[in-house]
Amino acid sequence: MKVVLRNPRREVEVDGPITVQALLRRLDLSPESVLVIVGDELVTHDVKLADHAAVEIRPVISGGSPGVAA
Amino acid sequence: MKCRVCKGPAVIDVRRHNAAFCRDHFVHHCDEQVRRAIHSHKMLEPGERVLVAVSGGKDSLALWEILVRLGYEADGLYLGLGIGDYSDVSGRHTRAFAEQLGRRLLEVDLAADYGYGIPEAAEATRRSPCGSCGLSKRHLFNSAANEHGYDVVATGHNLDDEAAVLLGNVLRWDTGYLGRQHPVLPAAPGFVRKVKPLVRLGERETAAYCVLRGIDYQVEECPMAAGNRHLGYKEVLNALEDRSPGSKAAFLFGFIERGHERFAGDAEIERDDLGECTVCGAPTPGDVCAFCRLRVQVGALEAPPGDSVPVRLEVR
Repeated sequence: MKVVLRNPRREVEVDGPITVQALLRRLDLSPESVLVIVGDELVTHDVKLADHAAVEIRPVISGGSPGVAA
Repeated sequence: MKCRVCKGPAVIDVRRHNAAFCRDHFVHHCDEQVRRAIHSHKMLEPGERVLVAVSGGKDSLALWEILVRLGYEADGLYLGLGIGDYSDVSGRHTRAFAEQLGRRLLEVDLAADYGYGIPEAAEATRRSPCGSCGLSKRHLFNSAANEHGYDVVATGHNLDDEAAVLLGNVLRWDTGYLGRQHPVLPAAPGFVRKVKPLVRLGERETAAYCVLRGIDYQVEECPMAAGNRHLGYKEVLNALEDRSPGSKAAFLFGFIERGHERFAGDAEIERDDLGECTVCGAPTPGDVCAFCRLRVQVGALEAPPGDSVPVRLEVR
């Protein structure tokens, strides 16, 4: 499956089917720091992703000055 | 996973609460967390005019929408930071959202209105750009609220932001900052009240809220923030959270409930005896406020007579 990562934007190929939890582990990503989106839908960690799924892994951590948040 | 409330298919899990939610019940969960934060910390009163500091990112846009849906008179304030394409895109997201929400958006542009952008400030001060950025924001949010008659400034600081700031303050035992770190900073002469209604929501929750509500926010991170200390603290805290869900909330809320009061005296000392800046009139412990000093240092303002002390950047 094609997995789109952000910041910086890049694509990786991962063999499916695979659960969201296993995908994040394979990519060494903390579940706390990302959302997983398939099409336009959010998916939970137990969902099994099909080999043809188009997956976006979107980071949620923003940093910067303490004057204001994102 | 199933929604904790209706047992339908869940779209988001929140490990801290050992719960998962469907779309509608997750939105309700976010509303309730904000409502609870506002109520328990007495952040806002009905009828007050609220100025929301909006950046085009997930937290501030989510906050603005939730406040408006909860019935608050909330307008937005966008600060153009002069950070190239990043600022252009953030401005576009913010303006489009303001139009969609049907609320007033005030805009301040650092370069056009004050003669510098954050990259120039970072170069002139030879310090982290986040220091100049935070200083500029704190000053301009307060002055805009005063100028336009708002009772309170609301910022999109979430649970993760506050836990990371707390970790930094504890690591340095910065007692003045610990005394000021609270979801509500009360009004004082020259300062409007500042509130953080998202303090009970993690940033994964605010991002999920935006996705589920169709809010088109700026996903890209500020290019000047890469590798900063604040992000490092968040990584450490998320590693703890992965092993032990709820750690961040316990750390932050334990401090707010049982630790903050012990440092409040240190913060009061810092707020005592403030005079008015001889340049702009803002409250300051010296003759010239930190914001005007920054403008002098960056070459956007002539130095007031007899003033040569460089700006002290707060690095919370």
